[in-house]
Amino acid sequence: MTIKEQQDEIIADFELFGDWTDKYEYVIQLGKDLPLIEEKYKTDDNLIRGCQSRVWMHPEYKDGKIFFTADSDAVITKGLVSLVILVLSGHTPKEIVDADLYFIDAIGLSSHLSPTRSNGLLSMVKQIKLYALAFQAKSFQP
Amino acid sequence: MHDALTIKGARKLDIEKVRKDFPILETTVNGYPLVYLDNAATTQKPLAVLKAMDEYYTTINSNVHRGVHHLSQQATDAFELSRKKIAEFLGARHSHEIIFTKGTTESINLVAASFGKKFLQEGDSILVSGMEHHSNIVPWQMICEEKNATLKVIPINDKGELVLDGLEEVLKSGVKLVAFNYVSNALGSVNPVREIIAAAHKYGIPVLVDAAQAVQHMEIDVQELDVDFLAFSSHKIYGPTGFGVLYGKEVWLNQLPPYQGGGEMIKTVSFEKTTYNDLPYKFEAGTPDMAGAIGLAAALDYLQGLGFPAIREAESELMAYATDALQSIEGLRFYGDVANRAGVLSFLVGDIHPFDMGEILDKQGIAVRTGHHCAQPVMDRYCIPGTVRASLAFYNTPGEMDRLTAGIRKAITLLS
Repeated sequence: MTIKEQQDEIIADFELFGDWTDKYEYVIQLGKDLPLIEEKYKTDDNLIRGCQSRVWMHPEYKDGKIFFTADSDAVITKGLVSLVILVLSGHTPKEIVDADLYFIDAIGLSSHLSPTRSNGLLSMVKQIKLYALAFQAKSFQP
Repeated sequence: MHDALTIKGARKLDIEKVRKDFPILETTVNGYPLVYLDNAATTQKPLAVLKAMDEYYTTINSNVHRGVHHLSQQATDAFELSRKKIAEFLGARHSHEIIFTKGTTESINLVAASFGKKFLQEGDSILVSGMEHHSNIVPWQMICEEKNATLKVIPINDKGELVLDGLEEVLKSGVKLVAFNYVSNALGSVNPVREIIAAAHKYGIPVLVDAAQAVQHMEIDVQELDVDFLAFSSHKIYGPTGFGVLYGKEVWLNQLPPYQGGGEMIKTVSFEKTTYNDLPYKFEAGTPDMAGAIGLAAALDYLQGLGFPAIREAESELMAYATDALQSIEGLRFYGDVANRAGVLSFLVGDIHPFDMGEILDKQGIAVRTGHHCAQPVMDRYCIPGTVRASLAFYNTPGEMDRLTAGIRKAITLLS
């Protein structure tokens, strides 16, 4: 599935929810399905600092694609991290760098991307793109 | 002072009527009527404050202390009347002991910079408490760094009280000033101000009290407290934002060098030598916030109209009600001195992250603060990432506390 297809599928899923409670239950459930980061990678280097909740993330480059594992100390953030990883993990650096993440806004959770919420999600998306850029640069080396 | 004018308990607040003075409380958030429990961050403003500021701008706006013209004189009169009202509110001996600032933070920075410049030397120390807001830590750290002095800390215990054993020993070891908060913004604990001031004065050490979370909840008389410096912010006591107060004893303020240079704070200026103005203007460089001063005075008038004893009674009843209601929630634990706190209920439930709790409460229209509340050392003390903080004002109702309790229960169901 392309990044765009995956986002559209998530948006369609979220449209089924009647009220915010169902939506949050689903997000929290998604957090439980997150490909968890190995304990040894839960280091300060891999910590994305937000003012409120924290996210740890580890990228792995395999066969030209990047795979992410992560964790967060807050369950709603963890669910959102899970969604971002679902969309971006397993793609090439170029696809990730070029990706336009419109689904967060479309499912009505855009407040999580506001810098004032400062919960780590915005920094996490930035960090994913930075990793992708780095791997992209590396793959161009002779 | 003001309390002498009101017979204790003579009046009871009509909360429903009072709420009409704060139109913002009618707001709907996420489809629910707003429950505003972030009063420790900032309080809402009564119409009387907005009206006073509006009137200032529409009828007498003019620069103060400078013009010979009519409006300037009127603006100056209103501005200086505000200073007088604020001085009376604090029980200060003189109006010129009231310095206008941008807020508590600037008030503390002023004392840290000016006191530090004059009195702090290498090897000296400043004593703060372990439950300070960052703005009563960092300004002292900065001046200590500059002067090669050290910052010492009064520890806190598990209950959220300051540990005063050994205080005198510390005071004797080169402390030049003690700075601490009256009420902790993170825990709500009310600190033993009189005891600490008396101990410091025994060794001739001046004391600064950060009263940002105290002035709106309890009576303060600076002469009775015998405090040397006291700071608070207008916006936390129903006044406008961006305005604040530093009270300082005349004897101390006269000894401190100016904080900033500019207009108003001078007597004469030449390129060879500038002489400084008298108190309070020595510390008020630049055009002051006239509307801010007038707004704060209007807020104090409004509170006085309601009656401080009545406000305190309403708040302590509400605190007791909220404490009981929250205590009925399984797994909820309070941070802070439950037996002796003002305005603030700081808590966590089970292993639920405060951010998650805050978000689910927000979805239900309930505004609380989550996180470290700009008091990271407090959170480190308890090894927690932060707390959920519900902070009350007299305009909150028992019904709103029920909404909070129900909201927390819903969050527990969702998040567990």
